[in-house]
Amino acid sequence: MYYKSPSYRTFSYFNIAFLILISLLCVMPMVHIFAVSLSGKSAADSNLVTFLPIDFTLDSYAQTFKNDNFLSATAVSVLRSLIGTAMGMIVTMLAAFSLSRTHLEFKARTFYVWFFLIIMIFDAGLVPHYMLIQKVGLVNSFWVLIVPHLVNVWNMILMMNFFRAIPKDLDEAAIVDGASSFKIFASIYLPVSLPAIATLSLFTLVGHWNSWFDGMLYLRTADQWPLATLLQTIVVVQDFSKTGINPEQLEMLSNRSVKAAQIFIAMLPILAVYPLLQRYFVKGIVLGAVKE
Amino acid sequence: MLLPAVLVALVFKYAPMPGVIMAFQEFKPWLGVGGSSWVGWDNFKLMFTMHDSVQVIWNTIFISVLKILFGLVVPVTFALLLNEIRHIALKRSIQTLVYLPHFMSWVILGGILLDLLSLDGFANRLVTAFHLEPILFLGDGNWFRATVIVSDLWKEFGFSAIVFLAALSGINPALYEASEIDGAGRLQQTLYITLPSLLPIIIVVFTLSLGNVLNANFDQIFNLLNPLVLEKGDIIDTYVYRTFQGGQYSLATAVGIFKSAVGFVLISGGYYFAYKVANYRIF
Repeated sequence: MYYKSPSYRTFSYFNIAFLILISLLCVMPMVHIFAVSLSGKSAADSNLVTFLPIDFTLDSYAQTFKNDNFLSATAVSVLRSLIGTAMGMIVTMLAAFSLSRTHLEFKARTFYVWFFLIIMIFDAGLVPHYMLIQKVGLVNSFWVLIVPHLVNVWNMILMMNFFRAIPKDLDEAAIVDGASSFKIFASIYLPVSLPAIATLSLFTLVGHWNSWFDGMLYLRTADQWPLATLLQTIVVVQDFSKTGINPEQLEMLSNRSVKAAQIFIAMLPILAVYPLLQRYFVKGIVLGAVKE
Repeated sequence: MLLPAVLVALVFKYAPMPGVIMAFQEFKPWLGVGGSSWVGWDNFKLMFTMHDSVQVIWNTIFISVLKILFGLVVPVTFALLLNEIRHIALKRSIQTLVYLPHFMSWVILGGILLDLLSLDGFANRLVTAFHLEPILFLGDGNWFRATVIVSDLWKEFGFSAIVFLAALSGINPALYEASEIDGAGRLQQTLYITLPSLLPIIIVVFTLSLGNVLNANFDQIFNLLNPLVLEKGDIIDTYVYRTFQGGQYSLATAVGIFKSAVGFVLISGGYYFAYKVANYRIF
């Protein structure tokens, strides 16, 4: 056996050490930020913190939660993530179910397949999109964060391929019993594909939580922004002109550990769903991508 | 049941498409598409003659080509190395850690990088520990490009490896058994069995990623870009956004169309090629 040879054993030790090092390197920046967020102001500002907090304090978190902008942005983010995911999954699943029918059952299938493929590969660009959102009156509306994202062609394809792998015998039995298309969808396809739905919902949820550009482009005032947009403006660009804050708050926001705390709070929901996500996604991705 | 999706797609994806004719006009918001005057291909000519926009197109291609190359070589290598670990729990833990950055947005990672790579940040503390001059990771054009490419790898290499790991587990074990009887070592097995078996999926991933040649990742660059590195770090998408903010709607649209059109050709060509070579289909 190859793995008993001395040279392979040497390789194996080096390999394991190397991969452990790489994987630790991947998360070290996050650990560092977390440590900074829990450190005292002076230690953080003079760059003494490595991976453990110095002068442990929860002060930066307390200050962050005193900020009204931050609280309202968190609320907007939670709302958009929940509503956006729920509505998006319904639209996606209904469409995926229709597209998973054969040509015999659904004559116009080819047309609709191309209809959705085209929007996946051709994009009109930033300016025409902006003009349209303006025309339909969604500028400065919460719904601009949700409605344009309802159709996700990629998720639709994954879901469709999953539906197609469900044995047709189930359909036929239901048709014999006199079930309508919608009944087949709701009573057979939905329950059977719960794991796939859970996976895609989590991906959509993370996508919504992370999305920031639409908020910046379409929403004028900071109190309507989701958390990602607010963070982008105050932590990354450090532009405080739109948030309307007083000098005292300004000083607090430029504090390194407060910034770190805000970044960490934005990471928190993702870290919370990550164990769930991780259990499914390897299977989920492979699942939709392979066809017979 | 298809109706909701079709309606949303019609309104938010198809309805903006006629808006691209703005690229052939001198568009004034108060006159609208109907009232603005026509200028033919002038905006496109402007795009290819202005120093700014030519530089921006070059930056985009430079950054994205390097991203595509590293984004292929590193995940494949990582998948091969990870495949040599037979301790399942260890393998799982490594995967858990390296996939994590993929799920963070560039706002979060950008915020982390700004702190980490600043002059008095953690990275420069390491640099100065070796008695070297501190490095302006985000303030010097060439370092900026390197930072962008490396941080993109950091975020995506683990997740991109999933597809190769799946392919690795699909290789017929009989091939390895047969080669062992013939006296092949592990390195020979990797060269003559593993890599050739991975080749089709490598080709597919590579062809499909070519569609991103003009897409150097807006989210990432926008969150790291600053005036100091505009010359070498500005890409098409950030340029379009700034041109749009500056009120030059028609030029922004023209540059946007240029990007979409090239992307359209490359992506559809890529899918066609992947279908022909590896029988890869999405629908």
